[in-house]
Amino acid sequence: MSRLLDVENLTVQFDTDEGRVTAVDDVSFSLDKGRVLGLVGESGSGKSVTAKSLMRLNAGNAVYGDKTAITLHLDDGPVDVMRLKSAKEMRIVRGGAISMIFQEPMASFAPALTVGGQMVEQLLIHNDMSRKRAREISIEMLDRVGIPDPVKRFNQYAFELSGGMRQRAMIAMALSTRPKLLIADEPTTALDVTIQAQVIDLMKDLVAEFHMAIIFITHDLGVIAQTADDIAVMYLGRLVETGPVRDVIRRPAHPYTRGLLAALPRLDDPGAALEPIPGDIPSPLERPGGCVFHTRCREIIGDVCRGEVPCFRLVEAGHLAACHLHEGECAS
Amino acid sequence: MSQAPLIETRGLCVHYPLRGGLFGPKKVVRAVENVSVKITRGSFFGLVGESGSGKTTFGRALLRAAPVAGGEAVYDDGEARYDLRAIGGAELKDYRSRAQMIFQDPYAALSPRMTVRDIIAEPLEVMKLTKSRAETDERVREIAARCRLNLEHLRRFPHAFSGGQRQRISIARALVSRPRFIVADEAVAALDVSIQADVLNLLREIQRDMGLTFLFISHDLSVIAHTCDYVAVMYLGRLVETAPARTLFAAPRHPYTKALLSAIPSLDPDARGRAQKLEGEIPSPIDPPPGCKFHTRCPFAADACREREPALEDAGGDHHIACLRWRELADTPAAG
Repeated sequence: MSRLLDVENLTVQFDTDEGRVTAVDDVSFSLDKGRVLGLVGESGSGKSVTAKSLMRLNAGNAVYGDKTAITLHLDDGPVDVMRLKSAKEMRIVRGGAISMIFQEPMASFAPALTVGGQMVEQLLIHNDMSRKRAREISIEMLDRVGIPDPVKRFNQYAFELSGGMRQRAMIAMALSTRPKLLIADEPTTALDVTIQAQVIDLMKDLVAEFHMAIIFITHDLGVIAQTADDIAVMYLGRLVETGPVRDVIRRPAHPYTRGLLAALPRLDDPGAALEPIPGDIPSPLERPGGCVFHTRCREIIGDVCRGEVPCFRLVEAGHLAACHLHEGECAS
Repeated sequence: MSQAPLIETRGLCVHYPLRGGLFGPKKVVRAVENVSVKITRGSFFGLVGESGSGKTTFGRALLRAAPVAGGEAVYDDGEARYDLRAIGGAELKDYRSRAQMIFQDPYAALSPRMTVRDIIAEPLEVMKLTKSRAETDERVREIAARCRLNLEHLRRFPHAFSGGQRQRISIARALVSRPRFIVADEAVAALDVSIQADVLNLLREIQRDMGLTFLFISHDLSVIAHTCDYVAVMYLGRLVETAPARTLFAAPRHPYTKALLSAIPSLDPDARGRAQKLEGEIPSPIDPPPGCKFHTRCPFAADACREREPALEDAGGDHHIACLRWRELADTPAAG
């Protein structure tokens, strides 16, 4: 298993009218080739900003921290993502080695272009090939993701496709350039459960077939349990727990992860009371000091939680949590 | 819980005419077709289905906000009894104070230019339910406290609140006219899980304390399982299965209900089923398939299913199933 991506000390702030707001605070993680990482968190946790940073897609008022380093290990050598400057240089992370699919497929298709027109356009940007060849590849991809009558769909506009079909077309477009990393930002959230199940199966097949890595962003722990190898839980811009998906879901070590699991309505036990996490997510303008979760934590110990940012500690092999409940040496 | 129905519909239909071409027959969308339900007083009635199933339209029809084309709908809370198709004038005004709605998107449902106090007070003022400003304020404070909003919150504008708080404001506004019946349309779908649990608990608490009846519309079966007493499953405008919640989740009978249940991603990473899943998508209601509307996606469809539309059959224990083959399929495991 070889390394594909290293993210070190990622910090992203945004300059707004109300001051500088921290969206992502000192996040580090890595991803091996062919692995699926589930990035979990609620709205405002910074998961989408983290993912967009990998493609340098954050808005113009984003300020990256000095120590931030993002390295993409490609066959031709490592790419230092933070050093990319011109739009042309950034093509490598924008549709070249990294592709992204979004929650709302309608928003990622230009309404005035046909589905096929867009697929061909992006293939021509990233590859040296003829228009005819690009058209062939696009139709092949539409067929591969299970769109019936791909030639007809190739010539249609996004609004002519149903929701599930649009999501498939977007996946086809994202994968046609054969990226090494696919970022999927809530790709199934807007879909009905039966269609969600189809799209999840499709993505699993494609990972196996194309040997790419996926960062799967979602707030749905069930979707993560069904798709991911590893999981990273974020809260208010910080990573709070990471590890293999089985260990984290079966033995959650951070009170926030435990809270998320306890709040989830479960079909296997419909009589159980739902336990909400107390309080609301604080505004990013008023980030709590110390552990960011201490204002809502049921297991707060005392002043150490309010005053000191917890470091990551090893809970079991490969499973880390940033919480003062755990003792021992800080993991590097 | 009394057994008298608060809402009873018989063969309710909602049709939307389509503007067709110049020639050819005029088309209609049969958004809700022949739906009969009894919503018992004091119950939490769940309505589940995918987008396009007609569940929202049905909820709106009960609030007189969708064009009813046929059938009956009667509201009876013991004090007032209305035929919802014939209702008008003063009666309709009274019904509006008795039946309220909570919407999905707490960001779109609240005017950004009104304070929370004014948002909650608006139904009272529009319907002239209070005599003085002091009385209005009293009612607003009372209901706000019940929805866990404090006095300081009332002076602020909605933008200052998180999604969960906004949904509590929407709930307070729906409750301020002291309704008996609430239609909650995907009321927690836009919320984060930690907040969703809080709002679900609040809704149940209110329902119990104030003796309300809820029509709880959701696409999420696990949310329905946790909150509702009775569940109706809709597909393409028709009811396919209705049962007490316990029965429905323990022994679903309709292939569509089974498929919906099996499509929910399990929290167990080792239960990564590659089992048979539903293929295709819900057909267009403009051009629904003949016979059983589900036959195009049903793994058990037989020839008869393509020709004959099944009626809701009583399976005993208040469990109703609209499937020609449910008896022979009763022992087959879920389709997923």
